Amino acid sequence: MHVPDGFFNVAVSLSAGVVAAAGVAVCLRGARRELDDRTAPMAGLVAAFIFAVQMLNFPVAAGTSGHLLGGALAAILVGPYTAVLCVAVVLLVQGFFFADGGLTALGVNVTLMGVVAVVVGWTVFRMITRAVRNRGAVVAASFVAALLSVPATALAFTLLFWIGGTAPIEVGTVAAAMGGVHVLIGIGEGLITAVTVSTVLAIRPDLVYGARGLAAPLVLRGADGEAVVAQGAPAPAAVRRPGWFLPAGIVVAALLAGVVSFYASSSPDGLERVAEDKGFSSQAADHALGEQPLADYGDAGGIPVGVAGLIGVGVTLAVGGGLFFAVRRRTKDDTAKDEVSA
Amino acid sequence: MGSGHHHQLYRPGDTPVHRLPPQCKLAAVAGFALVVVATPREWLWAFGLYALLLAAVAAAARVPPSFLLRRMMVEIPFVVFAVALPFIGFGERVSFLGMSFSVAGLWAAWNILAKATLGVIASVLLAATTEPRLMLLGAQRLRLPPLLVQIAMFMLRYMDVIVDEMRRMRVARESRGFAARNVRHIPVVARSAGALFIRSYERGERVHLAMLSRGYSGSMPVIQDLSASSRQWLVAGMLPGAALVVLLGSWGLA
Repeated sequence: MHVPDGFFNVAVSLSAGVVAAAGVAVCLRGARRELDDRTAPMAGLVAAFIFAVQMLNFPVAAGTSGHLLGGALAAILVGPYTAVLCVAVVLLVQGFFFADGGLTALGVNVTLMGVVAVVVGWTVFRMITRAVRNRGAVVAASFVAALLSVPATALAFTLLFWIGGTAPIEVGTVAAAMGGVHVLIGIGEGLITAVTVSTVLAIRPDLVYGARGLAAPLVLRGADGEAVVAQGAPAPAAVRRPGWFLPAGIVVAALLAGVVSFYASSSPDGLERVAEDKGFSSQAADHALGEQPLADYGDAGGIPVGVAGLIGVGVTLAVGGGLFFAVRRRTKDDTAKDEVSA
Repeated sequence: MGSGHHHQLYRPGDTPVHRLPPQCKLAAVAGFALVVVATPREWLWAFGLYALLLAAVAAAARVPPSFLLRRMMVEIPFVVFAVALPFIGFGERVSFLGMSFSVAGLWAAWNILAKATLGVIASVLLAATTEPRLMLLGAQRLRLPPLLVQIAMFMLRYMDVIVDEMRRMRVARESRGFAARNVRHIPVVARSAGALFIRSYERGERVHLAMLSRGYSGSMPVIQDLSASSRQWLVAGMLPGAALVVLLGSWGLA
């Protein structure tokens, strides 16, 4: 998923860089609230953890394997701001030291794998854990959040590719291919994230940021009755923050859905655009290389209809939405049962 | 991402390229990458000149071609993607050796291959001639937020520790006859990840306490003198400068 140089034109690379810089700036402030003066060592170690975990290949289906993106996992374990910072630092180090991901594509990479994956993952996670508050819901929410964060990242990539990509592929096809493959990878990511979160919950529940406020209040039982000791600061902070994240996440989701559905419904527009681009590039080619048979390219191009894109998006929504509703319904049943038993 | 690409990043040496201040090299590589990305793909010979420029830098830094080739392995997934483009691209097609290629797809494949390869070589040269710690200090002098630099430094410092912990867990799993073959084995892998997170987090807490006991107050002391003279900036600027001359020159010709 690490985009190299040359995938996107200069305009998109630079504007994605601006978006990424703004996101990192917001997170630098937010992470101080999550970790106070421990930010540098803690975020550094968590970034090293993400780097190590990204090397962890897991089997997806017969013969293929994927590796973890880790955005949703980091958000649930250490909080969204710290997560964006950690992923951004991982990408920075990979770009500068390992030549993994292009330097001009750094903004694109941070925007996609850092900001989009974490915001989508954390929003979904909060939506579910706000509705139901128990340990099972945290694990289920981790699964759904990680599952959805991967195709969301892939669709955001497709969106950027449509705006400023350098290859002549029909966007519907790209969206379908990316969406389809990444739903599969997302299932693996969701499984790993959920089991990892439940493991940490079992051993050190206090370390899971997303499960703060779940712990039962400390009750002191003395000779003269019980006294509930007030919880520390983390609980109110965890409740206050989502108010800002929820609308942002909805905007991102709406943007993705809106643009993708626009694509599916009006593919001739997309084709026109590509044809325009090609006409333009054929001019440049004429200057440099003499005759280039690209001029009638737009007419010759077959029209792979955006139906493929629609299918890809539909699959994503069906799988994600189905899981979401399954979880919700079960929890409703749970609460109903609770009421009955109470 | 392959495993084990976290070693031999830096090739110690004492060449003019090694001696340049890190912030100059960072700016030069970023500028070069930007010029390369901005070059229209039809100007074939411009890319050849860029490659010559990088070859000159590699020669000056005494980085052997075999080293460069080995480090260029990270590019392979995108080579696969680029090779697929002429087949799945649409529009006018040409036949060659009995196979049909999309013209636009061929151009796109060339575009991605050429620009990604040049970018990777430039990054590899930067990493090979600059000590990792100094590279981050150079980034800080280029106004990267100090907190981000500190996080990146902790990551670099402890990356090998964490990766080694994971390797030991893998050895332990495999010596007990485990290999992740299908989806049912995911819980085992995930439990390793959970254990690794707890170890990393707790190590972070210990590191923080150790820092506090040594008087950490929010910023790290820098003892190297990282100031760059204008002459050094000029030397570092030769790479993006020459690339820009090539770009403008071919623009003028076209």
